[in-house]
Amino acid sequence: MTAILRVDPVACDGYGHCAELAPELILLDEWGYPVLSSEPVPDSLLDVAALAVAQCPRRALFLQETREPVTLTRR
Amino acid sequence: MTDLDHGTTTLRLLAGTESGNRLSLSAHHAIHGTLQIPSRKQAGPWRDQVLDRMATARLTGRGGGGFPTAIKLTTSRRTKRRPVMVINLMEGEPAAQKDSVLACFTPHLILDGAEALATIVDAVSITVAIARDNPAAIESIEAAIAERERSGLARFSIKVATPPGRYVAGEESALVSWLDGGEARPTFRATKPAEIKIKSRPAVVDNAETAAQTALLARLDLPIPTSLTTLVTISGAVSDPGVFEVTLGEQVGRIVARARPLSSPTALLLGGFGGTFVPAAALDEPYSPDGLRPLGGNVGAGVIVVFDERSCGVAELARLASWMGTESAGQCGPCVFGLPAIAADLELLASRRPDHGVIDRIAHRCDLVVGRGACAHPDGVVRMVSSGLRVFAADAAEHALGRGCSHGAARSRYNLPAHGDVLEWR
Repeated sequence: MTAILRVDPVACDGYGHCAELAPELILLDEWGYPVLSSEPVPDSLLDVAALAVAQCPRRALFLQETREPVTLTRR
Repeated sequence: MTDLDHGTTTLRLLAGTESGNRLSLSAHHAIHGTLQIPSRKQAGPWRDQVLDRMATARLTGRGGGGFPTAIKLTTSRRTKRRPVMVINLMEGEPAAQKDSVLACFTPHLILDGAEALATIVDAVSITVAIARDNPAAIESIEAAIAERERSGLARFSIKVATPPGRYVAGEESALVSWLDGGEARPTFRATKPAEIKIKSRPAVVDNAETAAQTALLARLDLPIPTSLTTLVTISGAVSDPGVFEVTLGEQVGRIVARARPLSSPTALLLGGFGGTFVPAAALDEPYSPDGLRPLGGNVGAGVIVVFDERSCGVAELARLASWMGTESAGQCGPCVFGLPAIAADLELLASRRPDHGVIDRIAHRCDLVVGRGACAHPDGVVRMVSSGLRVFAADAAEHALGRGCSHGAARSRYNLPAHGDVLEWR
């Protein structure tokens, strides 16, 4: 599965659990709201991402499957 | 009411309004002829012809999105249930008055267009959404609906809805949310474009000027113009602010000249408060999406705010950013906290005691909040602030040194409306 982490910004209240559970994937901004990469979650971190999604107290975090193949070009 | 100035453009939308009178149904028919819409069963070929004419004329959404209307409508027809047609006359952009001018002076053009659009998407009904703090537009459209009912020519049931008049309330998802019984606040959609629904029917939302343009393109006996006109609202450092009908592709400087600038413009804010600042060099460019793109600008909602040497760019940015921050729907953290933080730093920069990091901090926070709201409100503020800091770079540099600037406490070049006394979303 190729997926990206996304957040519903209306639902998110900045609890910050996600950044504690998946620090490799999620940083918090200065106000405590998650900053997410638009790059697909690496396979090795999919379990971590799924845990962060499951533990979000606002059910704001989700994994969105992407159809496009992963591009390997560096930005 | 806004002054109408017709300049040299051949009037299309505002034809017949030169005297400043509202066009009754009979006056409207005398000027534009009647719009012939076939019955629902026979609408197929007519629909394709109108869509073709829209594509040929390159009609794009006039609410600010600028998406090709024919493509949007073609997509909208692929729904299972028949949709409801919504005409967006919210005009939440305080520097825009064009839709209100259409509503007050030539309401039947909007309603003809609404019926044409509703026929194209095979809608069951039409709702015209007008901000409730715009009584002149509400009254004119309601009177026009009554005139049409009396005439027996009405093809659809047309209702007026009056959501609260907030900046973001006219955003498509916010408007549809309100019409569906919720609050007039944007909703998060995981995939875009998402189907939006009112009472389980899909909704098709088009701007009032888009509807008026459709009314003319749907008159199959009229030639398709090589360049469409569009309405612009010019304000700021001008002696004759108002709404003007211009031809897309006309030189920006010629358009601005009609509002009679008080002195040589130094910068323009294009599109709206969430638009783009461009330098005076833009005056030589054609006013069209293609012409403005190299400058990062866009036609947006047809707003042009003129700035001249007498206003301090930094102070103007601070005022605008602060106003826009207060107009957040208050839902998304990056918008709720980011916009006031950016505005506060702009105010600090405009004061005489900025710290050394202030410009970098503003730039960093602009990068931080962009794309992180449910709607594009924070993105618009970032676009306005970033482009403003580029255009007013000299002012900003002077301010950053704590020297203030040569403009002193110049007065603001635009009128910021009050936010309303209630934070009302229903």
